[in-house]
Amino acid sequence: MEEMKLRTLSVLVDNEAGVLSQISRLFSRKGFNVESLAVGATDHPEISRMTIEVMANENQTNLMCNQLAKMVPVHSVKLLVPSHSIRRELVLYKVRAKNSEDKNEIIQIANIFRGSIIDVSKETLTLSVIGDEKKTDAVQELLEGFGIVELVRTGMIALERGKYTIDEDTKEKGEFNYGKDVL
Amino acid sequence: MEMTGAKILMECLLEQGVDLVFGYPGGTILNVYDELYKYRDRITHILTAHEQGASHAADGYARSTGKVGVCLATSGPGATNLTTGIGTAYMDSSPVVFITCNVTQNLIGRDAFQEVDITGIAMPITKSTYLVRDVNSLADIVREAFALARSGRPGPVLIDIVKNVTAEKAEYEYLPREKHTTSGRLANLVRRARTSSLKMPEPNQEDVNKLVDMIAESKKPMLICGGGVARSRSHEEFREFARKIDAPVAITLMGAGGIPGRDPLSTGMIGMHGSKASNMACDGCDLLIAVGCRFSDRVALKPATFARQAKIVQIDIDRAEINKNVETDHHIIGNAKQVLELLNRKVPQYDHSEWKKYVFSFPTETAYDENPNHLTPKQILNTIARMCPDDSIVATDVGQHQMWAIQHFKFDYPGQLLTSGGFGAMGFGLGAAIGAKMGNPEKTVIHITGDGSFRMNCNELSTEEFYRAPIITFIFNNHRLGMVRQWQELTYDKRYYMTTTERGPDFVKLADANGLKGSRVTNQEELEAAIQAALEEQEKGLGYVIDCTIEEGELVRPMVNGGTHITEFLVN
Repeated sequence: MEEMKLRTLSVLVDNEAGVLSQISRLFSRKGFNVESLAVGATDHPEISRMTIEVMANENQTNLMCNQLAKMVPVHSVKLLVPSHSIRRELVLYKVRAKNSEDKNEIIQIANIFRGSIIDVSKETLTLSVIGDEKKTDAVQELLEGFGIVELVRTGMIALERGKYTIDEDTKEKGEFNYGKDVL
Repeated sequence: MEMTGAKILMECLLEQGVDLVFGYPGGTILNVYDELYKYRDRITHILTAHEQGASHAADGYARSTGKVGVCLATSGPGATNLTTGIGTAYMDSSPVVFITCNVTQNLIGRDAFQEVDITGIAMPITKSTYLVRDVNSLADIVREAFALARSGRPGPVLIDIVKNVTAEKAEYEYLPREKHTTSGRLANLVRRARTSSLKMPEPNQEDVNKLVDMIAESKKPMLICGGGVARSRSHEEFREFARKIDAPVAITLMGAGGIPGRDPLSTGMIGMHGSKASNMACDGCDLLIAVGCRFSDRVALKPATFARQAKIVQIDIDRAEINKNVETDHHIIGNAKQVLELLNRKVPQYDHSEWKKYVFSFPTETAYDENPNHLTPKQILNTIARMCPDDSIVATDVGQHQMWAIQHFKFDYPGQLLTSGGFGAMGFGLGAAIGAKMGNPEKTVIHITGDGSFRMNCNELSTEEFYRAPIITFIFNNHRLGMVRQWQELTYDKRYYMTTTERGPDFVKLADANGLKGSRVTNQEELEAAIQAALEEQEKGLGYVIDCTIEEGELVRPMVNGGTHITEFLVN
């Protein structure tokens, strides 16, 4: 078996009811465990962009891309190469901070990681950090000493570096569209 | 013009040229049935005994006519009873539009009487599902559904309409079918698909040229005729191609009729129950061209060693099938008809006599034992073939009889064999036969079944009788679930558990109870008399049931176990 690793798929889909369910069910019925899924409208309100991360080998990933590409509501699918893409996630950490000493220390951690304090109470601080998992995991590790009350992630979003986009016309895309081109 | 949703649905069916639908009414779909009543001079509705029967009938109609089948059912159990039929149509790429109605909008999500999320249930087994909540979108959705069902790789589509939409009114304007791609959702879909600079949907010329070169280099080419050839009705182009490159042709179960069974290039079926010639050719060829074939696990039993000496080329309309089950060396995306036409224009005539001599040194048919004391499956099938017209349509169920049927009948044209290949749904046959008879009233329709399969949906005998749709049913009756038993015999040390079905009903009496004649046959003479009687009943518009007693020990041969190399025959 080839190596299992984290793969990042970017998918353009119709911004319609039921599409998210169709896509996520495709992953589950092909036996994939989705590590992260983020979705939102693009600059075209009728099109949404999904970023999906899965643990898979190369063969499985190709199979998945193919199954996605043939779905009617799917416009484009691209497997993002880690070295040529930017991945970001926003994480909110609510941390226990009972005294000003703790609070100061947490604020310093936030500053070092270019995060920001977005809420404060007598007993807690909430900070937000943007980055890939290396960064957010590092923050998490540092905060664990204070006691993390709650944590939430947006899910990873990603874009290709440079001038390339998901919309390029490739031969393969034409081949997939063949089945969708109503004759 | 302003009209109700139910009436819009009727008009949309007429736009598609639909004049026959199968179905079963119920509470939520009553508005539609009331409208069907008003359109009964233009749209005939066939009422089956069970929604599953209707679903298979619409599928059998679609497969045998090449048109889109239509099947209606009510919400809840009506809708879920369709699912086996939807799954069958999906796995075998059969174009069927399933229309269900759901509870009214204000009851959705409240677990109302007969409410079920059928669009959710059917999602993995359809090309697309639609839940229509707005009457203004109904016509647009129906047009898209029909176009999707028949375009690209055909398949089933499900439209679920909430009941109030069928009563609410909207503007409807007639739009001829050829203009459907210019408006609404379809226009968007086409625009999106055609933004590609490759000017699809023409097959790629370079890809075609590459295959032409590969053929020139090949000394031992072989072809697989898959379901895509049958579905696209490209049998003539395929036959010409096979003759030009002078290659042996193996068929898959779904590819039956893609090349005439009696063609000298035909080696019979490939795979688990494939002929020796097919499987040996596959193992020895240096170029394997598969047309409209997805290399299922019943064909490519062990993908790693499948056609191990060959360059594998896949011609398919569905890009997602490339490299799915078997790693290929080259592929061409396109409709089989278009691709084969292009190839035929470019490929010169070849002569591969020596290679063919090798391949045809292996048998293309299994030599089954003859026994004068009882009927053998081969004997029954040969007698049917001899006594019934050559162009008879054959519908089968699933099991040993299905494999025997494809081994012994020679299918001449696509749509002649109706069988549940991918899904393997027992109970498919009788419904499919009814659909085929409705679509092809001039042809003899033969239903080959086993006692197990027949017991599943024999309730449709009443449908057959009521609509005067004469079908000749042959039950290969060994009082066993023969195929499962065969596996128990060969791979479970003969522990025959739950595969002995020595029980009722008496199938001849069952036929009688449904107003049909039937007979039980145990030897050649009785068999011939029964077929003669059946053909006479057919003239009167009545079906006939022939209960053929066969031996319990009959096996489908040869057999290669799943996951093993294609020439490792478990039995010869």
